Amino acid sequence: MREQLNNIKLEAEKKLNEAGSLAELESIRLQYLGKKGELTAVLRGMGQLSPEERPRIGQLANEIRSFIEEMLEEKTKALQEKERSMRLEKEAIDVTMPGKRRFLGKKHPLSIVLDEIKEVFIGLGYEIAEGPEVELDYYNFEALNIPAGHPARDTQDTFFINGDILLRSQTSPVQIRVMEKKKPPIKIICPGRVYRSDAVDATHSPIFHQVEGLVVDRGVTMGDLTGTLQLFARRLFGEDTKIRLRPHHFQFTEPSAEVDVSCWTCGGKGCRICKDEGWIEILGAGMVHPNVLKYGGIDPKEYSGFAFGLGVERVAMCKFNIDDMRLLYENDMRFLRQF
Amino acid sequence: MKLPLKWLKDFTDIDASPREYAHALTMSGSKVEGLEVLGSGIDGVVVGKILTVEKHPDADRLQVCQVDVGDGTIQIVTGATNIKVNDLVPVALDGSSLPGGIKIRKGKLRGVESAGMMCSIAELGLTKEDYPNAAEDGIFILEGDPSPGTDIKEYLGMNDTVVEFEITSNRPDCFSIIGLARESAATFGTSFRIPEVTVKELGEPIDGKVSVEIKDPDLCARYAARIVENVKIGPSPRWMQQRLRASGIRPINNIVDITNYVMLEYGQPMHAFDLRDLKGSRIIVRRAENGETMRTLDGQDRKLDESMLVIADAERPVAVAGVMGGENSEITDDTTTILFESANFDGISVRLTAKKLGMRTESSSRFEKGLDPENVINALNRAAQLVEELGAGTVCKGIIDCYPKKYQRRTIPFNPKFINGLLGTDISAEKMLEIFRRLEIEYDEATGTVIPPTFRPDLENEADLAEEVARFYDYNNIKPTLLEGRAATIGGRTRKQKIMDMISQTMLSCGLSETYTYSFTSPKVFDMLNLPADSPLRKAIVISNPLGEDYSIMRTTTIPDMLRVLSTNYNRRVEEARLFEMSYVYIPKSLPLTELPDEKPVLTIGMYGEDVDFYDLSGIIEELMEVLGIREYELEPAKDDPVFHPGRTARLIIKGENVGILGEIHPAVAENFEAAERNYIAFIEVEPLVRNAATERGYKLLPKFPAVTRDIAVLVDEGIPVRNIEKVIIDKGGRIFEEARLFDVYKGRQVPEGKKSVAYSITFRAYDRTLTDEEVSKAMEKITKALSDELGAQLRM
Repeated sequence: MREQLNNIKLEAEKKLNEAGSLAELESIRLQYLGKKGELTAVLRGMGQLSPEERPRIGQLANEIRSFIEEMLEEKTKALQEKERSMRLEKEAIDVTMPGKRRFLGKKHPLSIVLDEIKEVFIGLGYEIAEGPEVELDYYNFEALNIPAGHPARDTQDTFFINGDILLRSQTSPVQIRVMEKKKPPIKIICPGRVYRSDAVDATHSPIFHQVEGLVVDRGVTMGDLTGTLQLFARRLFGEDTKIRLRPHHFQFTEPSAEVDVSCWTCGGKGCRICKDEGWIEILGAGMVHPNVLKYGGIDPKEYSGFAFGLGVERVAMCKFNIDDMRLLYENDMRFLRQF
Repeated sequence: MKLPLKWLKDFTDIDASPREYAHALTMSGSKVEGLEVLGSGIDGVVVGKILTVEKHPDADRLQVCQVDVGDGTIQIVTGATNIKVNDLVPVALDGSSLPGGIKIRKGKLRGVESAGMMCSIAELGLTKEDYPNAAEDGIFILEGDPSPGTDIKEYLGMNDTVVEFEITSNRPDCFSIIGLARESAATFGTSFRIPEVTVKELGEPIDGKVSVEIKDPDLCARYAARIVENVKIGPSPRWMQQRLRASGIRPINNIVDITNYVMLEYGQPMHAFDLRDLKGSRIIVRRAENGETMRTLDGQDRKLDESMLVIADAERPVAVAGVMGGENSEITDDTTTILFESANFDGISVRLTAKKLGMRTESSSRFEKGLDPENVINALNRAAQLVEELGAGTVCKGIIDCYPKKYQRRTIPFNPKFINGLLGTDISAEKMLEIFRRLEIEYDEATGTVIPPTFRPDLENEADLAEEVARFYDYNNIKPTLLEGRAATIGGRTRKQKIMDMISQTMLSCGLSETYTYSFTSPKVFDMLNLPADSPLRKAIVISNPLGEDYSIMRTTTIPDMLRVLSTNYNRRVEEARLFEMSYVYIPKSLPLTELPDEKPVLTIGMYGEDVDFYDLSGIIEELMEVLGIREYELEPAKDDPVFHPGRTARLIIKGENVGILGEIHPAVAENFEAAERNYIAFIEVEPLVRNAATERGYKLLPKFPAVTRDIAVLVDEGIPVRNIEKVIIDKGGRIFEEARLFDVYKGRQVPEGKKSVAYSITFRAYDRTLTDEEVSKAMEKITKALSDELGAQLRM
């Protein structure tokens, strides 16, 4: 019987080693360990053994059973792994095929620039103010120190609805509206649409966008204006950006300045974008004119302030190298999807 | 304003190169717009004197000339016929260049050597307007007596650079050579001088020759006149013509040229009348009468009205004051006696008159900024001096000067502390006063005030003084600071702004790209939308001076603009468009407008393409409602909007309020816009979304017990919206109802005509226990019964 058992072990070991599939392993298990299996049959015949032999043979049989079981388990694992790796190999796909994209929409370039500007100023503690586009002559001109008949009105070809109501030609009227409602400290920007009677071409649009800024408090200086605009220019155009102020004239600021930023393409050396100037004009700014403070109900003897305004289209066109303003309002999908 | 640099040198000595000069002036506040190097395309062209003219041996139309070009004689073959011996002509020598990049080389013409080319005015880049005496198509025969070999640029006064300035409305004084010279001198620290003007006045006394009366002194502060007799009209000298041309003014004759020359130099527009045309020898400065007419110098008949100031004689207007003279008193070749006018007119009046008449002139663009009445006599004397210098006539003794209200000079407190406080600088009072001195701003130490010169009406207050200090200190020397504790505020967006940003962000996440369209449009769009005549949308604000009909009303709806964008894309063969815009519509409270309109923010969505249908659109709206936390909303079928497909359109209703519409555009409207066959558009008002948005989020316990899901399919009438079925399910599902998900709608085989099969997967759950079959079955029975009772639904499975 011992011999029989040893034969079973050798035979099972051999078969297990040769087995190439999980099905074969199962049939081996059934052959030896199943209810009608060979080992089971041997054990069933144990009754015929002598009492002395029985435990020894029993032990041997159990050892062989464990041996087969362990080996089966080991083999199963190995085969499973092999089968899995074969499956994985078969499942290989071409990962360079295009992915299943959820196409997100694209922000309009004007919004991209507007949002960047808003972020900079919100970070500096500014609020975002709003004002009407269909505006009173009073706010658009008179309260900004541009009385009727003043030649400064000609520089902004204005659309009128009637004698008193017009389409605002600048975002500056919001300055007055804010000052009327709010006492200093005031720190606002006002992004919005403005209207001027310019025929549509590559560099003109009768509708465009400005961002106005206004700060009013005790002791606000022109140095504060310069510092603020310098910081803004660096955030918007890069940390190496420099600004340059040139004296200019606006009716609602005094002193007034036009502000250039160093060309972000050539760094000031001169190139096609800056027309060899090294500088690009993007802002108008100045200290709020005492008359304007008065119109806003603020005492110019006690308070001072600065204001600035920039054209969003111009910045967007420079930043994204757009050479025709009409593209911004045409909304061709193939243009919009590039941003 | 064009400034020839050579003219500048009459008043101050600037050595800087034109580029350096332009930069320095720009940085001190006189913005240079451009530099024009005169005759920059011309090189190697000299004055030549024709010595002989002979026929070409082999060509009838050519002539062979020997030409003295200074350092020798050269032979030139020409086809021109307007030349003769002793003519002085421009000669382009071998190797020279002409405007337009043309190079001249010697060569042979029909076998005869030609060592250069004689030039026409066009070949020199000049125009007949500038040189009216030059031949139209022939060689430019030079006037005067230049010696052969003289550089033609020198002869033409072209060895100069012209600096073009942008003059802002606050600096009328800089609309003159003298004003710019003063600024230049202040910028470079050089000395500034106006050469003394002396008039010999060799004529008879002016008294009794003419009378001047100002009837409207509010519009004319000063009127001065001189008379010149024995006038000999003729061309002005070349130097004067050159300066006028370089400044962009066409020479006409000596008298007109003098008025223009003085205007450029002194900034004081002048006018010359033929005295014999002044009826009654009178000058009356008065408002025009309504209906009065006059033909101006440009040959146009002008209708005048009482808002306009005119210069009149005893009978009729002879000039529109400060704008343009009249043809009836124009200087002509046989004029013998003239009256020079130098006056000061009200800026606003001149501006409005010029605007009304549609004629902005060199004169009006100066007057409109407000000129210095103290400059009137200087200019008049300069003109008289030039008349004498040019031998153009005899100046009468004396001046008529009506100056009813003398100009009062302003005083401004000089407060260095205020100036430094405004600028954020630490500039000494001495330095400030030094800047003022250069600008001719006087300082009265006794009163501590400064007195601006009469030509600086822009200097009114201390802030104006601060600017004068700052621009010569250089703005860029002001130390940048960052408010340093002043104006400390928190800032940020308002709730409305945040929600509007959320809406945009949701649209982007839903795959819509953002558009920007114009807010004015054409009144034709209402017909294109097939709107009825009484549609409230037609009540739009009209722009009184639009760019054209297509841009003449403020939009009351954005749908046409979105349709146009879709159409543009479609017609450019873009397969698919998914777009949105956040913008405004302008709704008048009443028309004509008496108060400001409502500017309502709106969200517009527009889509077309093979894979786009109504449910893409409504899905976006549902997503938006989810993001905004708006639960009480419904999409209600809208069958009656002429813009939309009657069967594929819904209104968005939030808590009973109609806040917008979404659907497929009616094919008739799509056709009007030449758009794709099917376009999906939503038009949603933003304010109700802001009002109803619940953006605060709470957290609900995750379920601990399993859910039970049952499917149900019912047959209902085709016309019943699934929303009605859902309402019944929600209503009858009881407390254990969790969710109903539509998974099939089917029409066709096995479903009777006029019916549809609708299948839902309904989920039940209790938060505190596992549901029993019985409980769920009971709920399902209730639902089934109600569906049958209320909607006539038949159970299918």
